[in-house]
Amino acid sequence: MSLSHTGSVFRFIACSEIREILGKQAEDARALAELLEEVPLDSVYYHTHSYFLRHRFIERTYPNDFAEWVGEQVRDHILAERLSVVDPFDFKSLEALREELISIIDDHLSGLMSVPRAGFGTPFHFNRSRILEVPTGLETRTLREFRDAISEVDTSAIYFHVFEAHLRLQREENDFSAWIRTGLNLPSLADRIKALNPYLGSLERLRSNLLTMCDDELARSGRAETAGY
Amino acid sequence: MIRELEQYRDVAPKGTVELVYRLSELVQGKRFLHINAVRYGGGMAEILRRVIPVMKALGVDARWEVIAGTQEFGDVTRRIADGLQGRPETITDEMYQTYLGVTARNAKALDRDGKLDADLVFVHDPQPAALIEHRKGGKWVWRCHLDAGKPYRSVWSLFRRHVVKYDAAVFSLPEFSQRLPIPKFLIHPSIDPLTEKNRELSRAEIGQVLDHFGIARNKPILLQVASYDRFKDQLGTIRAYQMVKKHHDCRLVLAGGGVLHDPEGEAVLAELQKAVGKDPDVHLLQLPPEADREINALQRAATVVVQKALKEGFGVSVAEAMWKGKPVIGGTAGGVSAQIVDQATGFIVHSVEGAAFRIRHLLNNPGVVTRMGATAKEHVRRNFLITRHLCDYLTMLKLFCVE
Repeated sequence: MSLSHTGSVFRFIACSEIREILGKQAEDARALAELLEEVPLDSVYYHTHSYFLRHRFIERTYPNDFAEWVGEQVRDHILAERLSVVDPFDFKSLEALREELISIIDDHLSGLMSVPRAGFGTPFHFNRSRILEVPTGLETRTLREFRDAISEVDTSAIYFHVFEAHLRLQREENDFSAWIRTGLNLPSLADRIKALNPYLGSLERLRSNLLTMCDDELARSGRAETAGY
Repeated sequence: MIRELEQYRDVAPKGTVELVYRLSELVQGKRFLHINAVRYGGGMAEILRRVIPVMKALGVDARWEVIAGTQEFGDVTRRIADGLQGRPETITDEMYQTYLGVTARNAKALDRDGKLDADLVFVHDPQPAALIEHRKGGKWVWRCHLDAGKPYRSVWSLFRRHVVKYDAAVFSLPEFSQRLPIPKFLIHPSIDPLTEKNRELSRAEIGQVLDHFGIARNKPILLQVASYDRFKDQLGTIRAYQMVKKHHDCRLVLAGGGVLHDPEGEAVLAELQKAVGKDPDVHLLQLPPEADREINALQRAATVVVQKALKEGFGVSVAEAMWKGKPVIGGTAGGVSAQIVDQATGFIVHSVEGAAFRIRHLLNNPGVVTRMGATAKEHVRRNFLITRHLCDYLTMLKLFCVE
């Protein structure tokens, strides 16, 4: 199909996060699990999903706050690695994600003689997110427009349409891949965007990957049009 | 296009200026009042001086009021501030009555002109905090810029009675807060990249400042900017420099204020001079509070910036140095470690030896200095610029006053 084809409109929504301090803190891995059990789900969200909203540029050693604290402050590298490998995209709900994290910590502690503590490190502070959706007014109808918008938009919009979409819609498809599939009728590009794992990198890396995929598709389509297909 | 906001377009991350425009549309006409004790001096006043005009231009009815005080009031509020930061202080009943009396006079003066009425009132730090007793309409938020994580108990119990009457409190770090029955929010301080302290400087401007202080540019410069105060541990930085000096020919510049009319500052400076001896490569500079351009130039001239304080507030000078593309070696106190991404924008160290080791590592690897400095600048661009602060304020306004 021609990429100048106008499909349905994609409207970009950005977001702004306000962080609320819950006043609960853990000094060791057991307290971390116990508090993880009782904090609101917004807090699980804050320390896993929206971790990426706060670390948009630099890719950290660990992909969530729990793993980072256990690795950097408690220095229990095995537990940190086990918590790192948890991919929030594998869970349909925050409750299921919470259960998995608690289960990993409990299982790890059951094999230890003593509970590792933060020692000289700082305690873990539980916070929670309040996310405000912000319509950007930016609308795209073609892949070219979409590509240009991705290159300019605040990374919180990329977060919203990829990370938030996963929880909001409880499906594997993110907003971008869904629109490209149904609005632009480009299933192969949609599949590639859907396959992107946002938890392995940063929002800027994700922006860069999206741009590369759009550029590849535009180049391929340009060659096809030149060849008269 | 709003000129006050557009000037940040080239320095803010992609899309952020647009986000500020869109956020402001959600809170058009809302009345947002800030109250504090000083119009000039301190990072908070610096940010408010810029944020208020931008918000006004964006259609938010933003205002900034400064309370008036007496010498006695200043003394009590200094004691309260020190007590909140853990220093043993006594607030007598007479002092407390002075605090309440001056607050009541301020409330009356502000209320006479209808200035206490707003949709959202941000009251900064302890000085004006008791104004909550005279609240009119709207939501009231106490913004604590201090590290109140380990307050002196009697001062906190006296002061807490005012704080709990607010609708919410805002702290710079979770560990700076106390148990409270009201919601507590987290907002990091920020820097303004366009002020004299942070704007781009030409080589000539940097050279002029170095010449003025007699600092030659023939060796790498290690820099610590901090007031002469024992908690800033300049002595530790000197020891780290002395360890490094055995392997690298470099200079150490310690720049700060806090000496004039302050016996403790004078004593600290005397100790440092003694520790330095006759080393011509160490420069102990005493800067006045308005030396923004000088600090800017020193940070830009430095190879590595050190912030090895033992006790610190948020320590936004770390972000200032990072904005100039410098790797920062910092301790774990206060907000220093919250700004440094260890091994990416600098190093977090726990000892004098750790600082010396990391300084040597950086001086041995100029490529790492360049790479870390560039990463540090991008990290600040995305996390510690005034544009992020604007987003935070506008989001708070929306969450508190529109929903």
